[in-house]
Amino acid sequence: MKSGRRRLSLAWVATIPFFAYTVLFLFLPAGSVLLGAFQGVHGGYTLSNIRVLFNHPYIDAYKTSIEVSVVTAIAGGLLGLAIAYAALREGTPKWVRSMITTFSGVAANFGGIPLAFAFIATLGSIGVVTQFLKNQLHIDLYGHGFAIWSKTGVEIVYLYFQLPLMILVIAPAIDGLRQEWREASSNLGASSWQFWRYIGLPVLMPSILGAVILLFGNAFAAYATAYSLTSGTVSLVPILIGAYYTGNVLDNPHLAQALAFGMFVVLALMMVAYIPLQRRAARWAK
Amino acid sequence: MAPSAYVWLLIAVAYFLIPLFATLLFSLRANATGKCCTSESYAWVIHNGDFWHTLKISLLLAVETIAISLAIFVPTIYWVHLKLPRLRPIIAFLALIPFVVPPIVMVVGLLDVYKGTPSWFYAQPWGFLVAAYVILAFPYMFFSLDAGFRSIDVHTLTEASQSLGAGWPTTLLRVILPNIRAAALAASFLTLAIVMGEFTIASLSAFQTFPLFLQYVNESQANPAAALTLLSFGLTWGAMLSLLLVGRRRGTRAAVITGAR
Repeated sequence: MKSGRRRLSLAWVATIPFFAYTVLFLFLPAGSVLLGAFQGVHGGYTLSNIRVLFNHPYIDAYKTSIEVSVVTAIAGGLLGLAIAYAALREGTPKWVRSMITTFSGVAANFGGIPLAFAFIATLGSIGVVTQFLKNQLHIDLYGHGFAIWSKTGVEIVYLYFQLPLMILVIAPAIDGLRQEWREASSNLGASSWQFWRYIGLPVLMPSILGAVILLFGNAFAAYATAYSLTSGTVSLVPILIGAYYTGNVLDNPHLAQALAFGMFVVLALMMVAYIPLQRRAARWAK
Repeated sequence: MAPSAYVWLLIAVAYFLIPLFATLLFSLRANATGKCCTSESYAWVIHNGDFWHTLKISLLLAVETIAISLAIFVPTIYWVHLKLPRLRPIIAFLALIPFVVPPIVMVVGLLDVYKGTPSWFYAQPWGFLVAAYVILAFPYMFFSLDAGFRSIDVHTLTEASQSLGAGWPTTLLRVILPNIRAAALAASFLTLAIVMGEFTIASLSAFQTFPLFLQYVNESQANPAAALTLLSFGLTWGAMLSLLLVGRRRGTRAAVITGAR
């Protein structure tokens, strides 16, 4: 008993560098955000920073952030699902399928500053598509109030990485829809609609919900793309936090920590919803 | 092929390719007249000292991050598979935390905790930034290496190596590492892509890396910015395609990095 315990403690020693590193650079910073959010400017603990979050303009930033994330998660989720199904269903040539999945693997990682600029070159006021629509088709996007640096613009750009992410995440689940189920249901006289209503969608649903939640978190945490695209004019929570550090409005550092704490709470709730869905989805995925 | 499948795939291809094509057209326009086609934007990039300087910094940061990450995570995950299998779910859970604490939250905490530390750490990208980037790389390192270790027989390899007289360093470097080479390479390419694109932490802690140079050019010069954007996409393409090539045999799935956004 004694020697067994000693062997165990010796085995633990080898993991010390790893745990020391995560404590120093993951837990200490995360902990300082959690604690700092509840500290006053002159020390002591207070709820005032958190209370401020529920006032203008901070609550509006959370609303905007959540709105952008929900819109791009649902739009990206539905479009991504349709594209993934089109690419993976029987009858689609194999090369199309591998082209779409390979390209999604790369495009899901396009983001940040380069992506923002690619869309400025496309849909900016002198962008290629904007000019084409104006000169060839006489559709003046900017005359109708569109701007790439608006909230709608941010959503369009986020879709560029949300769509491929959805395709990557949902592909294994679609592959898990066995051909035999389809044949069995049509042998028993089910229509295509009935197949989807009673078999396809119920099997896919946990995967779809899980993927949409993942997309939500992906958009919610994004900073660089929106910052570069809008120069900080669309007030998302990460943009407000960034303004505290890159600008000169640092009157209360604990407010930035409170904003970060709020993001942490939203993302933690998301994770709590995601993990059980992921478990359920794993049942059918290949 | 069903007609609806054509429509959806066409939408996908258009949405993915039009911005890339527009950026290419933009990069070929002349700065002064806006007329196509000239290579002056590319010449501007190649002759720009800040471009080479920041590119070098980011590449060196990537190399340092990869070296430290491999040095920490390979022995730890090896050890967990060999001796402490009960610890594996705990580490897998820890690997999810960076998704709940994204870069924009992490940098707020890091700046607060390390504000007063010596300047060789706090004021140097090689210290502060790399410390943060290793944490960004952690989930990808873990999931890739963990899959690598699961596909080999850690116990037999270790016993064979030790009964032939090898010590721990020899076992790790000359027996284990070559067997998980594909996983380690895949993790390294992912880390490279993360570091080359990371903007949030570098910007808030005011270090001049390649993505910050890119943002600076975006704000000032449209046509060279297009050339730089294509170049930056090229770096991501390179890293991701290498990853897919390396992972093909081992069945590694495509991975998604979140650091760049």
